[in-house]
Amino acid sequence: MSIRHGLLALLERGQMYGYQLRAAFEESTGSTWPLNIGQVYTTLSRLERDGLVRPLPESEAGQRPYEITDAGRADLALWFATPVSRTDRPRDELAIKLALALTTPGVDVRSVVQAQRSATMRALQELTRLKYGSDRPEDLPWRLVLDSMVFQAEAEVRWLDHCESSLVRHQPGAPGPPVPRPGDAGASDAARWADEEARR
Amino acid sequence: MSGAGDAVLELRAVHRTHGAGPAAVHALRGVSLVVRPGELVAVMGPSGSGKSTLLALAGGLDRPTGGEVRVEGQPLGALDRRGLAQLRRRRIGYIFQQLNLLGSLSALENVALPLELDGTGGRRARAAALAALTEVGLPALGDRFPDQLSGGQQQRVAIARALVGERRLVLADEPTGALDSQTGEAVLHLLRRRVDAGAAGVLVTHEARHAGWADRVVFLRDGVLVDTTAPLGSVEQLLSGSDR
Repeated sequence: MSIRHGLLALLERGQMYGYQLRAAFEESTGSTWPLNIGQVYTTLSRLERDGLVRPLPESEAGQRPYEITDAGRADLALWFATPVSRTDRPRDELAIKLALALTTPGVDVRSVVQAQRSATMRALQELTRLKYGSDRPEDLPWRLVLDSMVFQAEAEVRWLDHCESSLVRHQPGAPGPPVPRPGDAGASDAARWADEEARR
Repeated sequence: MSGAGDAVLELRAVHRTHGAGPAAVHALRGVSLVVRPGELVAVMGPSGSGKSTLLALAGGLDRPTGGEVRVEGQPLGALDRRGLAQLRRRRIGYIFQQLNLLGSLSALENVALPLELDGTGGRRARAAALAALTEVGLPALGDRFPDQLSGGQQQRVAIARALVGERRLVLADEPTGALDSQTGEAVLHLLRRRVDAGAAGVLVTHEARHAGWADRVVFLRDGVLVDTTAPLGSVEQLLSGSDR
């Protein structure tokens, strides 16, 4: 996701100047993605350069509103029509960390899993509390953003549960550093994965 | 552990062993837990970790083989069967996945039942039942029988029955069962509201999303409490993204 498409979507509602755009952006993402005003102006000038927005005359208060152009509308429509690709997202540090924990001597993998589960659970509690406090009809966009984060956190906990049960299955009662062996599917997959990550 | 003077529920080094000798199964091994008024604690852990055993002991449905369980300061071990049954009817509400509604009684009668069993007069019991049905958003469906209600409505009736009267301790075991996510969320909302009004709650669940409603999440593994989540920070802290 780019800030540019966010700003284009907001300008599709009507002309706005920089501070209005920042406020509207934060409102629609429930302040989960704070923007500084510098980012807003940098993005606006790039959008203007690409012909996607156009500046309007300054108001008496010295504020310069922008409006979306036809090219901007087309770009925005394309963005809404294109699914977000999973491969465009940054690599998952946690998965890589666990894979490395499995192959690094002296690391207690179950502790790594539990520490993460506790932290993720706590984030989930915070998100739920935020949701609980926002049940006005106009909170819907914000609630959906929160829901997205709730479901991601939930998926992470489920995956951690899965990791733990895999550990138990593959290394019954084995404390301390696990050593991957050929034929030990879980550990060798993780090791291969970690190797590939390291080579990239 | 800090003083548990105001605790609604207190487990002190509780053990529960089934069987004896080499075949003994240690369902809980020295679990201590304090739940105070206005606090909802979620218990998570894999199957067989002891979650449901913990809840059964907390509610006086089972007795520990070691340690002590107290509800509002009262050691359950000191109560005879009659005293225990009375405490369960008056002070403890249970929400199970199995709703256990009686098909031959209306929704209102189902909710009033625990009070009537406890000797509350019919009129007062029905008034309290209507208040509980109103709390769960079903004030108009008191005359319906369970088979005339949807799954979500039946679950609400079961919750009203768990909350009716002056229950100070609410115990829930996977209360959202097979409900869809919106209905399940409504169930948790109700539980949360009663706890915010001053009850103490324990929620056993394997779903992280549901445990998210709790003030504290404890993790059970092989009958031992292995971890608990850190206290919740401020909303501002979360919004600034400082922990992600």
